[in-house]
Formats: sequence, C-alpha cells, structure tokens
Amino acid sequence: MSTEAIQSRRDWLLSERPASRMQARLGRAYVAWRRFSANRLAFVGLLIILALLVVAAFADVLAPYSPTIGDLKNARLLAPSAAHWFGTDDLGRDIYSRIIYGSRWTLYVVILVAIIAAPVGLLVGTVAGYAGGWTDAILMRITDIFLAFPKLVLALAFVAALGPGIENAVLAIAITSWPPYARIARAETLTVRNSDYIKAVQLMGASPFRIVLRHIMPLCISSLIIRVTLDMAGIILTAAGLGFLGLGAQPPLPEWGTMIASGRRFILDQWWVAGAPGFAILIVSLGFNLLGDGLRDALDPRSGDQ
Amino acid sequence: MSGKTSTLLEVEDLRVNFPTRIGQVQAVRGVSFSLGRERLGIVGESGSGKSQTGRAIMGLTPPQAQVTARTLAFDGIDLLAAPARERRALRGKRIAMILQDPKYSLDPVMSIGRQIVETLRTHEKVGKAEARDRALAMLEAVQIRDPSRVFDLHPHEVSGGMGQRAMIAMMLIAGPEMMIADEPTSALDVTVQLDVLGILDRLVSERGMGLIFISHDLRLVSSFCDRVIVMYAGKVVEQLKASELRDAQHPYTRGLLNCMPRIGFERHPLPVLDRKPEWAV
Amino acid sequence: MSVAENQATAGRGSARATAILSSIGRFLVIAITTYLGLLAVTFFIGRVIPIDPVLAVLGDRAPTAVVERTRREMGLDLPLIEQFYIYVKNALNGDFGTSVLTTNPVMTDIRRAFPATIELATLGTLIGAIIGVPLGVLAAVRRGSLIDQVARIIGLIGYSVPVFWLGLLGLVLFYAKLRWVAFPARLDVVYEYTFTPITGFYLLDAAMQGQWDVFYDAFRHIVLPASLLGYLSLAYISRMTRSFMLNELGQEYIVAARAKGLSETRIIWGHALRNAAVPMVTVIALSYANLLEGSVLTETVFSWPGIGLYITNSLQNADMNAVLGGTIAIGSVFIAINLLSDLLYRLLDPRTKAG
Repeated sequence: MSTEAIQSRRDWLLSERPASRMQARLGRAYVAWRRFSANRLAFVGLLIILALLVVAAFADVLAPYSPTIGDLKNARLLAPSAAHWFGTDDLGRDIYSRIIYGSRWTLYVVILVAIIAAPVGLLVGTVAGYAGGWTDAILMRITDIFLAFPKLVLALAFVAALGPGIENAVLAIAITSWPPYARIARAETLTVRNSDYIKAVQLMGASPFRIVLRHIMPLCISSLIIRVTLDMAGIILTAAGLGFLGLGAQPPLPEWGTMIASGRRFILDQWWVAGAPGFAILIVSLGFNLLGDGLRDALDPRSGDQ
Repeated sequence: MSGKTSTLLEVEDLRVNFPTRIGQVQAVRGVSFSLGRERLGIVGESGSGKSQTGRAIMGLTPPQAQVTARTLAFDGIDLLAAPARERRALRGKRIAMILQDPKYSLDPVMSIGRQIVETLRTHEKVGKAEARDRALAMLEAVQIRDPSRVFDLHPHEVSGGMGQRAMIAMMLIAGPEMMIADEPTSALDVTVQLDVLGILDRLVSERGMGLIFISHDLRLVSSFCDRVIVMYAGKVVEQLKASELRDAQHPYTRGLLNCMPRIGFERHPLPVLDRKPEWAV
Repeated sequence: MSVAENQATAGRGSARATAILSSIGRFLVIAITTYLGLLAVTFFIGRVIPIDPVLAVLGDRAPTAVVERTRREMGLDLPLIEQFYIYVKNALNGDFGTSVLTTNPVMTDIRRAFPATIELATLGTLIGAIIGVPLGVLAAVRRGSLIDQVARIIGLIGYSVPVFWLGLLGLVLFYAKLRWVAFPARLDVVYEYTFTPITGFYLLDAAMQGQWDVFYDAFRHIVLPASLLGYLSLAYISRMTRSFMLNELGQEYIVAARAKGLSETRIIWGHALRNAAVPMVTVIALSYANLLEGSVLTETVFSWPGIGLYITNSLQNADMNAVLGGTIAIGSVFIAINLLSDLLYRLLDPRTKAG
C-alpha cells in the first residue's frame, strides 16, 4: 500500500466533517487510540493487564509446581533459587507457582465485583435519573449514605456477619462499591432524559422499562467502564486486605492477600514468603491504575490534565 | 531621549506561532505598527490574532508560543532581548493590560483593595497605610462612590461594571505610560459599557498614556480611537485614521462596515461578511 | 456606584442569608439520615444477616440459660422495627452492648482505643499534607518535568500498594535490619506501667509532663506507622493539589496577576494556591477520614492499640458487638469529617461567605 493511501485514510478518519455516523465514530476511536498509545505509562498498564490474563489462562502450563501440595520434608522455607524462583513457604510449596495460580483468584474477585456492582449502580442510577421526583430523592439519599461510609470497615463488618470466605468477600466489596456507579449513571441519564429522541421513543409508546433498558443504559456504559477500571485497583487492595485479616479467601487457596498473612509469621527471617505476593498485588493494581488513567485521558480529553 | 517621546512602542514584523500536533499554527503573521501617546484601535473578528498581538507585547503568551519580531521595542527597550526580570518590572509599572471579563480576571479569593495594593507594592516601596490611601484615591478616580467599602469587598460581591473599574484601578495605580485594553467592555451590560469607556477615556487623556484598544466592535473603536488597524487571519489588512474609516479601501473593512445596522435603512438581505482566502495570503 | 447597584447588593445579602439557612437545614438532614443509615446497616449486619444473632454475640458454647436470657435482653422477641428503634436509642446513648472478649462495655473499650487511632491518623495526615501540597504545586508548575514524573510515580505507587505489605517490609528494614525504630507497639513495656496518659495522645501527654524519654520512645514507635499512613495520604494529596493547581493556573486572573508584574513565586503561592486551598481543605479532610479507615490494616501490622486493632481482634474472636461498635465509631467520625469538610468549604470560599 502506498503512503499516499495511508495518508488519505488518516485524513478520512480525522475529517472535521464526517459524512456518516460510522466515520465519526471510527474517527473518534482513532483519536482516542492515538492519545492512549501516545501515553507510554498507559500502554505499560495495558501490557500488565494482558499479561495477567495470559498468566491466569495458562496457569497450569506456566506453574512448575502444584500450588497447594508442597514438599514438607525437603523444601520448607527455602530462599529464592533457580529451582524455586520466589522461594518456598512454610508448607514447602513453591511461591512462584502459587502466585501464578493466585492471578486467577485476583481476576475472579475483580470480575465478580464488577459484574455485581456495576449493573446495580447502573440500574439505581438510570431509574433514579429517569423517574425523577421522590424516587430519585430516595434512591440518591441511599446512594449518598453508602458513599459516606468507610468502605473497608463496612466490608469487614459484612464479612464478619456473613462468615469468612472469598465469595462473601466479593459480596461485601460489591455492596460497598456500587454507589459511585449509580451517581455516574444518574448524571448521564439526566443529560439525555429530556432529549428529543427519548421523547420520540415515548411517543411511539415505549414503556419506561424499555426506554431505560434499551435507550438510556447503553449510553452510560462507556463512562461506567472507565470508572470500573479505575476502581479495579481499589477492589484488589480491599480483597487483599480482607484476605490478610483472614476474612477473605481461606488457606490453602493461593490468594495473594492470604499468602501475605501466612507469610507474616516469618517476615523477619524469610521475607520472601510475604514479599513476593505483595509485589504481585502492587504490580497488578499499578497496571489497572495506569490503564484506567490512560483510558480516562484518552476518552475524556477535558480531564487530561487532572 | 527627546526623539523617543513621540513613539512609545515600535512593532515590526511581529509573529506568534503555536506548534501543535498538526503543525504550526500562525496566530500572528508579520504585524507592524507604532504607537505614540495616542489611542490605537485593533479590530478584527475572533481568531484574527488581535489578542495574541496584545499578549505578545505584554510578554504573556503561553509558554509553548514562539514570538519573533524584527523590532519589538518599548521606549527604546528591546522587549524580546530583555531578560524576564526586566520585562516583569515593566509589566504593571510602565505597560499595563486590562482583560475582558472582571468575573474571571480578578482573583476571586482576594479583596479588591488588596489586589490594587498588591500592584502598587510590587513596583514601589510604599508603606501599608500609604498604599491603602493611594488605592482608595485610585478607586475614587475610577468613580467608585464608596471606596472604603468597596476596598474590602471580594470580586463576586460587585457588579461587572464595578469589577471592571476595579480592574482599571488595579492596572493604573502604578502609573503606566502605556495600556493595552483587550475587549475591556465586551463582557459588560450595554448601559455600563459607556460609563467604563468614559472613565478609561478620561484617565488615558489626563495621564497622557498610549492606549491599544483591542475590540471586535468597529464602530466603538472608530468613535473612541485616533487610529485603527484592521486585522484578518493574523495580518494587518488596513491601517487608517478613525475619521477616514468611511473611505476604507480594503473589502474586508468595507464588509465589517456594511455589517453595522443603520437607522432608516432597509436590511434585506442581511449582509454577510465576505472572507476571501487571498486576503489571508 | 449607582442606586440600582446598591439595591442589588442589598438584595444579594438577604438572599445569601436564606441560602445559608437552607444549607444548614440541608446539612442537618444529611447528617441525620446518614447517621441513621449507618445504624440501619450495622443493625442489618448484626441482627438480620446472622441466622441466630444470639449465637453471633455469645458464640456457640454458651449455656442455654444464658442464651435465653440474652435473647430477651437483646429484645429479639420483639418485631424488627421495634428492635431497630431500641437499637438506635441505645446507640445514641453510647450503648453498643458488652464485648465478649474484654467483658467491658464496648463504648468503654472504644473510648480507650480511639485516641491511639486519632494520634496516628493526625500525624499521618500532617506528614501527607506537609510534603504532598508542595510536591503537587511543583508538579503542576513544572508540568511534564522530571519532578512531575517523579510525583506521578510516587502517587501511582501509593494508590497501588497494599498498605499492610508495605508496613511489613518497613518493619523488616527499619526495625529488624537497621534498628532505627522500635518494635510494633505504642510504648516500650517499661513505660507502659510508669506513664500515665492524660489525653490519650502519648506524644502530647509526654511533652506536657516533660517526660522527654517517654516522648522519644513514643516517637520511635509511632514514626513508622505514621510515615506509612503519611505516604498514602501524600499520594492522594499531591495528586489532587496538582490537578487543582493546573486548573487555577489556567485562569484569567493569573494572566492579570502577570500583567501586574508579580513574580512567579507570588503568583503561584499567593494567588493560585490560595484559590486551590479552598477545595484542598476538602481533600485533606477526606484523606484524614481515609486514614482512619486505613488504620484497620496498619494498626494490625504494627500492633497499634487503636480502634482498628480492636475491630480486627474482635473479628478473630467473633465478638460481634465489638465489631459493630467499632464500625459505628469509625463510621461516625468518617461521616462527621465528610460533613464538616463540606461545611468548612462553604466557610472558606468568600463566594459563599456572608459579608
């Protein structure tokens, strides 16, 4: 392909007067991608998250040892070496393998929280915004009340009542993380609520249920995705914190926070037992933070400086 | 330096460029004029480069902007060669600037009096009490009735007209010889505009200052200034005496003139401003 | 000034008074509903989620007679709404029941533990603000420079690091290896018995009594956890300062200040930061509230006998009254700080001040 053709395609994408909605959309996506990929740190974030996905998917292949069965007799608390890259823990298990398997639990928590909390927030926000009046006032008051709570402490109390375990930890985190999504969804709903095309749909006799579901919710998705990505790191840290306090995943699950908790006893002499999983948490949350920042800057140029 | 007294500012081939992702944007492309102790109007539509010309003279263009000129001299001082410190000492002291909207150009969390005193004490060694007295006198000079009350008010507590008078007081207190007024009345109510212009007019002539009056309003400029420069796409397209405006040659100026409504004339069809690309060359 | 302008100012004055009254009213409604909401949630956690709340409070080894008595004492035979009414009444009186673990009323335990948490969080916020604000200002002023990049990375790591893990590493390095700080506790055992606190803030108490050896010891214990919390708060504060400053530096009044001939130092610190300071107050207050919450994990790592450690210890022992009491305590302060920062914002901004 000639450089001229590339040039003209670029011009087509960057055209100030797009001829079709498709061209406008592609053009916007192109500009967003250019801005995103120009941000090196955001790119690093994307790579970290992709690596996390690959590691989680191929954990069986990548891990040299079993994550749960260790060699109690010969391999207790070994320092990092060629055989055990990150050393071994008190039960003789290879920490490197446990971290690889642990990536699955991290993803499990993050994804579950997102698919529970985001739709709840979306529903509350769009219904409040579309219905208005008392419904709006009451729903938003509840949202604000939850926003005013200390998240981690509340999650702790929930898990204390529900009983420890990774599912309950997910539930507790989800309960405390939906309010910001509701606020975003409501704000987006308010901007489109009185627009002509919603009126047109109303005139055609669509039910409020259908309008909210088919015409308002899709519009809130993109800003919600940015916010969820930015929240991922916080979710990971809260889950790890719960695990560290013995309320999240229970041993022998190779969840990173739980691993730090069990390595705590040996921290002074065998620092790697708690050190390695903490480092994994740091890298992955950093990845989500970089990615989220990059996405926000790329999709919302106004906040680029912030 | 007696020869210099007639010319305050000498501008020759002034250019302001902004490097952007899609290449250089040339905001000002070779503007030349000189200013004595007179009123010079710069007229043009938005984007014509008139504001950037004013800011380049002040040295207030954004950091990424590139300013070049064959000559840019104020009272014999080469502004582009002058160190930042010297230029800063000139600003407020000898060259001042009035911005468009007092709602945004006054610091919202500082009282009006303190903002005026601040200009004075930056440039002169003055005691607190004397600075206050002079600020109050300045407020009176811009026809604010109750200076001691307004002195302690915050910008949000006064009207736009009073805010702009405070702005004028703030910029004139150190006694500058030259003033750039960038659309000083565009953000004000029509009834207040004339008051503020009157104050500006009186102070400029009393103090024998040079004034560059930047505006998009050709009629206002022609009634207020001695000379008018018409800018289009970063260039000066015409330079003439305000009294000779009716004899303007350039089609763009004529277009601007034709856009102005006149009582008793039929306005059908409504004239539209003609913009020919060859004028921008 | 014209008569019309005078009248307009007077009209604005009375409108402002109404606005202030209505914002106080709004403030009270928000404060009350939020606090009731907190109680409703803890009530729900304590009474509704557990299949048998008595079991949750007493554990499963309690004799039947005690279980029956407690059931009646807790009012579990009453309808749920009436139970909630009693619960709220008790909570407002500071009665959160008795801790199974310490056998004290939960409120007594909380009173004892709270100063430790406040001391830690206050010191942490101070560190965060003292370093974070100038760092954010510099990052905004020299945007894109090395210092901006460094500030950004420091901030990002602060947002991404598990605080308990960083605390553990800190202990390994500064306590075990370098011996710069003291072991995890509030004071050395020697002083635990000889020192009588007045306010419960040990640094302050020791200084007031002139016991500088105790002060030094307390400092050696608090410095690491406080720096850790300080780092978290620095990450947040510097990032927000940068963003507020960038916003202010782009305003027209900055151009006007330059046109007046002010020095950059004066423009940055005297004008831009003064304007940014108004929202910064909210940020610092929020960061303080977050540190109170962050204390749960930090106190656990550093055996710091504050409310966070109290909650986690109670958790390990399924002491539900204590957990919920601690949650309400932290929650109340958290809510109070949130609301107060909002109020403070209104007071500090001259645009909303009555004048």
